[in-house]
Amino acid sequence: MASHAFEVDQTGTGSAEPFVLNIGPQHPSTHGVFRLRVVMDGEIIRDLDMIVGYLHRSMEKLAEERTYTQNIPFTDRADYLAAMTGNLGLALAVERMTGVESPDRAEYLRVIFSELQRIASHAMANGTLVSDAGAWQTPLLYMFREREKILDLFEMTCGARLTTNYMRIGGVAFEPPAEFWPALQELLDELPERTDEYAQLLVDNEIFLARTRNVGIISAEDAINASLTGPALRGSGVPWDLRKAEPYCGYENFDFDIPVGKVGDVYDRFMVRMEEVKQSVHIIRQAVEQIPPGPHKNDIPLALRPEPGEIYSRIESPRGEIGFYLVSDGTPAPYRFHLRSPALINLSLLRELGEGASLPDAVVTLGSIDIVLGEIDR
Amino acid sequence: MSEQPLQAPIRRPATPMLRQIEDRPGLKEMALGVPFGLKVIGAIMGLGALVLMAAVGYLVVDGRLDGQWYDVRDLGHAVAGLRDWLDGEGVDHRLTWLITGALGGLAIMSIVGGWLLIGSWVERRVIAKFQIRMGPNRTGLFGLLQPIADAVKLMTKEIIIPRGADRFLYYIPPVLVFVPAMLGWAPIPWAPNMAYMDINVGVLYVVAISSIGVLAIFLAGWSSNNHYSLLGAMRTVAMMISYEIPISLALLSVVLLTQSMQLSEIVAFQGHYHVWMIAIIPFAAFAFLFASTAEINRSPNDIGEAESEIVAGFYTEYSGMKAGLFMAVELAHAILVGALMATFFLGGYTLFGLEEWVPGYLILAAKIGAVYFLFVWLRGTLPRFRLDQLMGFAWKFLIPLGIIQAFIVAIEASVFVRVDAPAFITLGAFAVVNLASTVVMVRFWADRLGYAPAQHATKPELTNALGGLKAAQRLRS
Repeated sequence: MASHAFEVDQTGTGSAEPFVLNIGPQHPSTHGVFRLRVVMDGEIIRDLDMIVGYLHRSMEKLAEERTYTQNIPFTDRADYLAAMTGNLGLALAVERMTGVESPDRAEYLRVIFSELQRIASHAMANGTLVSDAGAWQTPLLYMFREREKILDLFEMTCGARLTTNYMRIGGVAFEPPAEFWPALQELLDELPERTDEYAQLLVDNEIFLARTRNVGIISAEDAINASLTGPALRGSGVPWDLRKAEPYCGYENFDFDIPVGKVGDVYDRFMVRMEEVKQSVHIIRQAVEQIPPGPHKNDIPLALRPEPGEIYSRIESPRGEIGFYLVSDGTPAPYRFHLRSPALINLSLLRELGEGASLPDAVVTLGSIDIVLGEIDR
Repeated sequence: MSEQPLQAPIRRPATPMLRQIEDRPGLKEMALGVPFGLKVIGAIMGLGALVLMAAVGYLVVDGRLDGQWYDVRDLGHAVAGLRDWLDGEGVDHRLTWLITGALGGLAIMSIVGGWLLIGSWVERRVIAKFQIRMGPNRTGLFGLLQPIADAVKLMTKEIIIPRGADRFLYYIPPVLVFVPAMLGWAPIPWAPNMAYMDINVGVLYVVAISSIGVLAIFLAGWSSNNHYSLLGAMRTVAMMISYEIPISLALLSVVLLTQSMQLSEIVAFQGHYHVWMIAIIPFAAFAFLFASTAEINRSPNDIGEAESEIVAGFYTEYSGMKAGLFMAVELAHAILVGALMATFFLGGYTLFGLEEWVPGYLILAAKIGAVYFLFVWLRGTLPRFRLDQLMGFAWKFLIPLGIIQAFIVAIEASVFVRVDAPAFITLGAFAVVNLASTVVMVRFWADRLGYAPAQHATKPELTNALGGLKAAQRLRS
């Protein structure tokens, strides 16, 4: 562990004041209101403090005043780039707590929408990562092209693009309209092509490789010890994915692979996300093939009253393991509502990664961890 | 398969945004919708331009245009005519000198100023096309008035001086940074007789002028009392000083081969032998272009104002029109480098004999535009280098190879002077030798530096097995 920021003497003479750079809370590459206080020695970071909490909205406390269904919109606003998986996490947690079943069709719709959300979120993550590496937003906007189409699909189905509030306890809120299916098919047809296009633009690019390879290396041991999850963990070579480890929503019925990196550098995390997009397309194709007819939602009581008790339920969000710890005291509102934020826990390793790295490397590393401040601060 | 109607036709795009995009009139509809009067005026203007071009063509063929003051191919004749007329009227020759000098300066300033007016529009539109966007399209036709709107906005904004800033030094840089961007234009020949200051040490002058910009940037970074500014200034100064050397070495090759430091002579050499320097010494051209992007802080070497790292670099603390001036000078620098690149390596105002027919300044402008387009293209495509990578590229790669290249060119130049062979044979041989030597040098040197292009683009491994650390170790081995 490095010493505290203001004890660092850069020159060794004891006369210089530390060169402290406040990156954030308003800064182009902190992906929200995140603040890094770094002590620099020329271009090299000697010490690094992460300061979070600028987007704290007291969600967990507010949730104690609301019923379980009323809490679903909070999960939209927690991880606002992956609202669907947030919704699904809470809905599943409550379903597991109360024993409410959701119909088969709803399970398939949940899979389709959370995989679409994963593609959209990975597009955002990889796009901003390349923007952090200095490509003047071109890859970001290319990836936004697909993300836009996915958000259009969301808008068709539930009327919202980001804060979808789509998953319900016991099903999903709406049946997708008739236009949804051909539009989804079109998207699925062009996505693999487009992914290859980005690969051509970036993966064969010498500068991008020079900026991302062997930068911000997380070893498998460190990744496990810091309880990283999601692409950050898989980039380090650990094959762990809750969709396979603890299948939910019938993921065990789908055929897909887990991409894992070799080195654990920024490039590997980038490539793991790229590959996961392809795998998600594969999953959605199977889900569209197999989706059964039927109702999309079971009727549940307006105010669910789970038995007193507690549950920790987790699913694989685009950023990793998003977990909900709910304690019920038998009333319609949770006694305790805790969100295990994958972004916050993945971020915890940044200090070790940043110290001794240069400023551009630290920025790219931060981009590769893919944080969402709404989820970190809640 | 479900009972869902999978093949349902989409009658209308499903979302408001898509509907809005679909309802937008296309270019053809907009052109057809122009009022009849405007169409007539356009037709008349087009016909008039054709007639004018025919008349000029007749005069050119007739040989009556050469050296006349109304020779539109070379505005230098017009200035010379004015000077002769003023001298004939008995005006003091110092006043004559002043008037013609002021005219030339005004011309350069209008070129730069005119480019500032449309340059940002061009850049934004072109880069928008690269990025599948529309770019500015709300202010005026095709958003052409956008730069003016931007300028008005910037001018009306408050200029904030940070607490602790050195007020005097803080005020100078936005103005000072424009000085080299203007002065650099002086020796560039736009046509055989059309250079503002055709000095015989033009190359030296260009190199000297380009280093002044460092001063302004360092002042800006230092006086702002901001760590981002200081870091940006430090980076930029390091960069500019490093990349002066590859630029000088690249220009040294040109000077050795053309036997002249005068820019008009360099262009005349290329025009005389109908060859561009980029074909004879490709390494120097590449080194000059790359080093220039570092020198003027453009992508992929824009580390001095790397947005994702140090916000706006040395001008982070500047607001309003002061920041606007820093942004504007970037455009001015870009076209200045375009002009230098065109003059040194792309044949300047010549285009294989076409300069007899078409005004040379239009040819040069087209070449500047091409280089500028290349800059925008690079900016729209490439990520940014890291500082150490960029410095390493200059010191470990461009400078040693530049020295070797200059050495080879020096031998070639002495051969060129001494051997009495047709120029196309000697120059062709030089081109082949230089290209081959460049390839060999680059491959050899890259090997020496331990750079192996083949190690790239690994894909993640796909697995179906789950596990923790042991599984990771198993996968890795």
